[in-house]
Amino acid sequence: MQIAQSKTSASPWRLLPLQQLIPWIVPAGLIFVWQVLSQLGLLSTRILPAPTAIVQAAIQLTLSGELIANVGISLYRALVGFLIGGSIGFGLGLLNGISPIAERFLDSTVQMIRNIPHLALIPLVILWFGIGDPARLFLVALGVFFPIYINTFHGIRSLDPNLLEMGEVYGLRPRELFWTIILPGALPSILVGLRYALGIMWVTLIVAETIAANSGIGYMAMNAREFMQTDVVVLSILMYALLGKLADSIVRVLEHWWLPWHPSQGI
Amino acid sequence: MMTQIEYQGMSIHSVKYENGARLKIQNLSKAFGDFQVLKDINLEVSPGEFVTVVGKSGCGKSTLLRLLGGLDQPTQGQIYQNGQVLQGLNRDARVMFQDSRLLPWRRVLDNVSLGLKHQAQQQGQWALDQVGLGDRPQQWIMQLSGGQRQRVALARALVSQPRLLLLDEPLGALDALTRIGMQNLIETLWQEQRFTALLVTHDVEEAVCLGDRVIVIEEGNITLNLPITLPRPRDTASVPFAELKVQILDRILKRQRPPVSEPAYTAPLFAT
Repeated sequence: MQIAQSKTSASPWRLLPLQQLIPWIVPAGLIFVWQVLSQLGLLSTRILPAPTAIVQAAIQLTLSGELIANVGISLYRALVGFLIGGSIGFGLGLLNGISPIAERFLDSTVQMIRNIPHLALIPLVILWFGIGDPARLFLVALGVFFPIYINTFHGIRSLDPNLLEMGEVYGLRPRELFWTIILPGALPSILVGLRYALGIMWVTLIVAETIAANSGIGYMAMNAREFMQTDVVVLSILMYALLGKLADSIVRVLEHWWLPWHPSQGI
Repeated sequence: MMTQIEYQGMSIHSVKYENGARLKIQNLSKAFGDFQVLKDINLEVSPGEFVTVVGKSGCGKSTLLRLLGGLDQPTQGQIYQNGQVLQGLNRDARVMFQDSRLLPWRRVLDNVSLGLKHQAQQQGQWALDQVGLGDRPQQWIMQLSGGQRQRVALARALVSQPRLLLLDEPLGALDALTRIGMQNLIETLWQEQRFTALLVTHDVEEAVCLGDRVIVIEEGNITLNLPITLPRPRDTASVPFAELKVQILDRILKRQRPPVSEPAYTAPLFAT
């Protein structure tokens, strides 16, 4: 234990700065080559704009407020869709995980719907909701629902039944059993589901925004394509990547807070 | 270790002698489907007595313990605890299992004070001090060795001052040295707190070392009920100890031996 602790706490400090830089050498090199090729005219701007052009586009769109407005609306759609789908998935996962009757009643239905790729529903969803925000929120919520549901459900079901028996022997009431054993025991699995769900959230939003939208990052990209502004297209793609990375980092922080006991946290 | 009557201003830990539960097991049977695990068991245990149960795996000894803890319900017969029929979970009993069954997401102290409503932190710390882990209340379970985990489990079992402690092969997974240390610890705490103890084990030496009485269960029947009168702490290397051990082992393994001329310690034998 002590060896492992000193290893994890010492390495980031002692090995600075060279070791920390190594992972960045290849990406930095690629960007450099890309820039050189663009400036020499070997890489047409129609295919890929120079990195500096993308930075310029970013500055321009930020100053005009367009970038922030579009990122804001995309974030809003992602978040609302996620909250709706995630909370339904979490609630249903808890219910079916705890109650075998509810599981028998609902689980096979959920599994059947899960086998439909949710993006295949786009034509139907457009017929139902039109091309406004409700259609996009519906798709995001649907996509997010399944990973959260399945991982919550399995997190509870794969709990060690011996721990639950122990809890009963030690006089825990059902409510206490839930808060001290069931939920903390299922939490690692729930967070895995959260990670998957965030990935699906962005993918769904990208597709939904490129098909029919008049705002958002996807709209920004599709609109730029009409005018052959490859720099804006690439910028939009980078924005998605950045937001995806941000979401992933948030889950990592949550894991750090909520699972300090977990082997993945290096104790 | 001293008996602690006052601990950080608490008097609740004053040790009540004759605190242990009195058990009377009457015509107890347990069947799982068609399979009879326990057949018409009769047994009485005095308050504060330490009874050890040995037998081959699958003989029903763990089932007896689960029935006493109220984790399973008997098919026939009753268990009387202090004169009252035991129904449902036994609130006066605490069980220590072979696997420690600690919650990895709670720190050591929070595991020990699980289910306590009042003064949980102080009582948990008291119990941790008793098992010699008072200096690491804030560690995670993952950071402890197997022996330390069982000591935390013992502290958790003892923190509520149970009248009956049920030990289901708690030392089975430990190495020999750690096991000896744990046996001494259990014996010391039992002598201080005078709860009734029932230890299920397949280690005959452990059974003789700790028990006021050793009970052998074979195919669901009690076939040997042997009081051990050796003074404590017991010397596992002494001749009487070895003879008792051999007597029990012979019983379990059904070995025949030429009769020993004048054994040094003649233990009374009640076969039922």
